[in-house]
Amino acid sequence: MKKLDKDRLILGFAGPVLALVVAIALTTVVLYVSGSDPVEPYRIMFESATYVDIQVLIVNQAGTYYLAALAVAIGFRMNLFNIGVDGQYRLAAMMAALVGASVDLPGPLQIALIVIVAMLVGAFWSGIAGILKTTRGVSEVVSTIMLNSIATSLVAWLILPKNFGVQPAGSNNLTTGDIPESGWFPGLSMGAEAGEIYGFTFVAAACGILYWFVLGRTRFGFDLRATGASESAAQASGVDAKKMILTSMLISGGVAGLAGMPTLLGDTHTYSLDFPTGIGFTGITIALLGRNNPLGIAFSALLIAFLDKTSASLDQYGYEKEIATIMQGLIVISVVVSYELVRRYGLRRQQQKVGEELAAGGALATAHTAGRSDADGDDRGDENNNGKNQKEGAAL
Amino acid sequence: MELHGITKRFPGVVANSDIHITVHKGTVHALCGENGAGKSTLMKILYGMQKPDEGTITVDGVQAAFAGPADAIARGIGMVHQHFMLADNFTVLENVVLGAENLYGIGSKARKKIVEISEAYGLGVRPDVLVEDLGVADRQRVEILKVLYRGARILILDEPTAVLVPQEVDALFENLRELKAEGLTVIFISHKLGEVLSVADEITVIRRGTTVGTADPAATTSKQLAELMVGSELPSPETRDSTVTDRPMLDVAGLRLTATDPDGAIRDVLDDITFTIHQGEVLGIAGVEGNGQTELIEALMGLRDPDGGAITLDGADISHAPTRKRRERGIGYVPEDRHRHGLLLEAPLWENRILGHVTERPNSRGGLLSPRAAREDTTRIVREYDVRTPGIEVTAASLSGGNQQKLIVGREMSHAPKLLIAAHPTRGVDVGAQAQIWDQIREARREGLAVLLVSADLDELIGLSDTLRVMYRGRLVADADPATITPEELGSAMTGAATGHLEAHGTEGSDGADDAAAPAPGAPEAAETTETTEVPEPAPKAAPPKDDAR
Repeated sequence: MKKLDKDRLILGFAGPVLALVVAIALTTVVLYVSGSDPVEPYRIMFESATYVDIQVLIVNQAGTYYLAALAVAIGFRMNLFNIGVDGQYRLAAMMAALVGASVDLPGPLQIALIVIVAMLVGAFWSGIAGILKTTRGVSEVVSTIMLNSIATSLVAWLILPKNFGVQPAGSNNLTTGDIPESGWFPGLSMGAEAGEIYGFTFVAAACGILYWFVLGRTRFGFDLRATGASESAAQASGVDAKKMILTSMLISGGVAGLAGMPTLLGDTHTYSLDFPTGIGFTGITIALLGRNNPLGIAFSALLIAFLDKTSASLDQYGYEKEIATIMQGLIVISVVVSYELVRRYGLRRQQQKVGEELAAGGALATAHTAGRSDADGDDRGDENNNGKNQKEGAAL
Repeated sequence: MELHGITKRFPGVVANSDIHITVHKGTVHALCGENGAGKSTLMKILYGMQKPDEGTITVDGVQAAFAGPADAIARGIGMVHQHFMLADNFTVLENVVLGAENLYGIGSKARKKIVEISEAYGLGVRPDVLVEDLGVADRQRVEILKVLYRGARILILDEPTAVLVPQEVDALFENLRELKAEGLTVIFISHKLGEVLSVADEITVIRRGTTVGTADPAATTSKQLAELMVGSELPSPETRDSTVTDRPMLDVAGLRLTATDPDGAIRDVLDDITFTIHQGEVLGIAGVEGNGQTELIEALMGLRDPDGGAITLDGADISHAPTRKRRERGIGYVPEDRHRHGLLLEAPLWENRILGHVTERPNSRGGLLSPRAAREDTTRIVREYDVRTPGIEVTAASLSGGNQQKLIVGREMSHAPKLLIAAHPTRGVDVGAQAQIWDQIREARREGLAVLLVSADLDELIGLSDTLRVMYRGRLVADADPATITPEELGSAMTGAATGHLEAHGTEGSDGADDAAAPAPGAPEAAETTETTEVPEPAPKAAPPKDDAR
């Protein structure tokens, strides 16, 4: 039994490692073909990561990514593709910033209010897609993409000075006004030079633990995972699939709403035109790379944040920082391919191993020991054939 | 065309083993067998949709290996699927040329060819009509034409009559005879004995994935054919001493369910279903697949909301209760398709043990899972139900079909069900596991479990059931006493040939002959084709629970 577990662990790592190796190899090829030094950029990136201030930037960025990726992962576990995390968190951040700027409660209450507003707005926006899916059968992929675009326009309209926006003196930027200091989330200072780690990064980590607990240890989580693994089996087991779709969409949107919080509460304290965008899409990459596993997502969030932040220094050395973007894109492709390969290999391998172990008399003790040996022989036959079928499946 | 030693295995199931068929040119060759006997798999192999693990296919004396349907088409093999593959918003012409544009173009040449084929075989197809305006029979003719247009000399028809009314069936057979007259070969898959006998020149019977014999329709009766189909060498699932009590466990009254067809028509898939299962009783439902058994189970499980009628479980009305409530109230469910409805294939066994009972102990407490308790209990199930596995952390997919099924049965039995719904509990399961599953059902029945058994295995139905009902077109049309009925008689009732209370030949007198009292209108449209089974006394549709004198 131990051996099988170890196998699974190795296979669990094989996917991401294979993907990364392939992505790095391909990026190197791209660099080489474009006439650049294929190794130097990596060296520069690693070197810049040794500076504490860059490290702080990476961690802060990773916290934001982590929340976005968790939001995506919740959908993935349900077999829902919430592409709308991007729109959800931007709209949520904006509305939360508006509310935060217009009221002034004592510290923790102010923060709680802002966070709750963000979650509600995010959930509301994804809930639209959820309701469309459950009542009209609209694919959440299509509706969330459209809702992203609507969110962009809605944010642009709301932030106009004639509506809720504020134009700071001497600037072309538009903001939602500043959140009073009671609504600033305290950070962890890493020294004057390095800056501070957003306090909300720790909330993000807590969200990861909560994610693990809810999915792995609660009935609700089991229902959700079961629905993701096989909707038909889940329904037969008593899960109300429609309710489950809506619920997970709402939760996904709620968590998406949090994705803007590290920046809003820890840094900008206002939503402005230059508020970071595209976090939701990066979250998809990260959730994929992290295999929807809370720890895996944490590592991939750090990795992508590393690529983001260290690539900035490439410009100074005459390399294009888009190398990091290319690499992210290549990671997505190789992740999808390598995970599927590893998954199929793992299934086939396990079937074979089970067959072998049974053939070797490794079955758990059973009540009916009589006639066991020949029945085991049958099973072995079956398993070998399974392997054969799997191979064919892969060939097709 | 010849098939030799074709064997095809799926994980855990051998769908075909050592199939031998010889089809002669210019004949209609019928392939018949029970549901799940492996006919469809065989056809997919013939049409190149799946590769056999072993065996060879020879077409016109040349050995063939098909990498896909395109290869099969190139060798002159065409398939008319049970479910039509036509684009509704295209005309017949467009549908026919779709994907075969390089043959005769898409214009007048193609139209000319279509008309030519249509006339040659008397298909009566009009090329410029929209497919959505066509009826089922016309669509089927378009499908046939599509295949001929691609130059097929061997046509495979998968259950072509399943969707047709009797007159349309006659017309189809007329078409088939024309095709045959033109030298084409037709392979006709069906489990309807009467049809097979009337249209086929040769018959090959498949049972449990292998060819068990061939028959000459001129010299064979449907009774003999049925015997070939159901066989009799299997371990007998007999239960003799009755454990039926008089306490009703499941009461279904006037259950109605409607479904909307793809073409928008609303039809009854369940019509006035009424029956009662008592504690310790196994009620067997016989019927050709697609006559409402699946829908009945789904309505009982709460997967479909009935349009009328009442379902009462142990005195509580559960007609519209959600699935989880029903499971918590004590319905165990062994689904027809365990891969789709019974298991999470890529999850470990212990998670599969939780599936369906996540709200019950030992799987959870409050809202929280108890993985440790669930694991322990999984180990117990594995031990007690003889699931052959090296451990409980392996995925369900890595077990063989029989062991998967034993795990499901063990899981469902572990929550002291009041009612077990078992749909084809031994389908695709090896003989050893089959006997064990039968034992478990029998044992649970002795302890007062009520069982609804739906099966295509007539021996299983007759052997396990205390009461038998026959389902036909969404209605319970006949009932029978498993002590006296034979598989052949049951089989013919399943085709709608007999209704009311089925009585075996020459067993009248001592037992069971006196229960069906009041005659009532059965299903007259089906009764006219009665041949092998006599219909002595049609029983009322809502027959009271039989007082078996056994």
